Amino acid sequence: MKIILTALVLITFSISIQVLPALAANKPPEKGEALPVINLPVPKNAEERNYLGLSGGDLFKIPQIKARAVIVELFSMYCPFCQKDAARVNELYRLIESNPLLKNKIKLIGIGLGNSPYEVEVFKKTYDIPFPLFPDKDFVIHKVCGEVRTPYYMVVKINEDGTHQIVHTQLGNYPGADPFLGVVLEASGLNREEKERL
Amino acid sequence: MKDKRLAQFILISGLLSAVVSVPLARAVSDAYKGNLYQMGTLKPIDSVLRVKVGDRAPDFTLPSVSGEKVSLSQFLGKKNAVLSFVPAAWTPVCSDQWPGYNVAKDIFNQYDTILLGITVDNIPTLFAWTNQMGQVWFPVLSDFWPHGAVAKRYGVLRSNGVSERALFVIDKKGILRYIDVHDINKRPALEDLMGALEKLK
Repeated sequence: MKIILTALVLITFSISIQVLPALAANKPPEKGEALPVINLPVPKNAEERNYLGLSGGDLFKIPQIKARAVIVELFSMYCPFCQKDAARVNELYRLIESNPLLKNKIKLIGIGLGNSPYEVEVFKKTYDIPFPLFPDKDFVIHKVCGEVRTPYYMVVKINEDGTHQIVHTQLGNYPGADPFLGVVLEASGLNREEKERL
Repeated sequence: MKDKRLAQFILISGLLSAVVSVPLARAVSDAYKGNLYQMGTLKPIDSVLRVKVGDRAPDFTLPSVSGEKVSLSQFLGKKNAVLSFVPAAWTPVCSDQWPGYNVAKDIFNQYDTILLGITVDNIPTLFAWTNQMGQVWFPVLSDFWPHGAVAKRYGVLRSNGVSERALFVIDKKGILRYIDVHDINKRPALEDLMGALEKLK
C-alpha cells in the first residue's frame, strides 16, 4: 500500500507541475518561438473576416490568417500607453493597406487582455480602430502569454507550409508607423524578398 | 479502507493545488514600468456598508488634486454622480481602472454623469500617480484626513485603513441608485457600471 501511496504522491505532483505551465506561461512569447495556443473567435463582421481571409467556423488560430506576416498588439482598454499609441497604430494599418504590394501580405490584429467584448468595443469606437480587435475577458490569452505588460507587440511570420514563428517582439516603445513597418518588413523577410524580386 | 481514503485525499488535494496556486491575473500597463506595488491576493471585501440603494447619499467635501475642494452636493439637480473608491495609488488593479474611465468619458457625458475618483491617499501621492496615468478627465479626491472619513461614512473603509474598490451611482436628486462593493482583487466590468447609468434615464 505504501508503494501505491508514494506513486500517487508522485503522480499528483507531476500533474501539478505539468498543468501549471499550461495554464500560465512564466514569460512572454519571444522571438524565435512559436505562438502559445491562442484561439480567437472568427469575426461576425464580414469585412473583418475578409480582411483576415477567414472563411467560417467558430474559432481560428493566428497562423490561419491569410498573410505572410501578422502583427499582434496585446493591449488593454485600461492601459494608458495603449490609449496613447492607438492613433499611431491606426496609421500603421493605413500605411500597409495603402500599399498594393503589402496589403495582402501583412495583417494587423489586437487582443484586449482582460477586456470584455463591451470594453473592446468602447476602445475600438473611441479610437476609431479599423483593424479587428478581440476580447480576452477571462485573461486566458494573458496567462498563456506570460501575463505580459501592455502594449506588447508580436510579429508572426507565416510560412508557405503553414508553420510559423515569432520574428519580433517588443514591450511598448512603439516608434510610429514608418519605423515599425520597417521593423516588420526586415524581421519577416519581406524586405529581402522584395529586393530579390526586383 | 483508511488507506483508500488517504489515497483519494492525496490525489484530490494535489489536483486542487494545481488550480488554486494559479494567481489572479491582472493586465498591467507598461506605463507604470516597475513602479506598482504588488499587493498579492487580498480578502475580497473587508467592511460593512452603511448605506443602501434608495438612501440619500451622504454629502462630503474633499480636496482634489487640481487644488479646489469638491462637494457631492454641488452636483445636486445638475448631474448624476459616480463615486469610484479605489484602494490605493500605485497598485495594479487601481492603476488601470481609472485610465479605462478616460476612454469612457463620452459615455459618462452621454448619461449626464460626473465621475468622482476617491482614495485615502494624500494629494502629493495622487498627483504623482495620476500624472503617470497621463492624467484623467474627472476630479480625483483625497479622503486622507480625517483618514478615510468619507469611506467610513459609506461603509467601505477596510480594517487596514484603505477603502474598498467600490462604485456608487447617485442620481440628480442625490439618491443612491446603484452600489457595487467589488472584490478588491478584480476590476469591475465597465458594462455593469454603464448598465446602471442607463437605468437612470
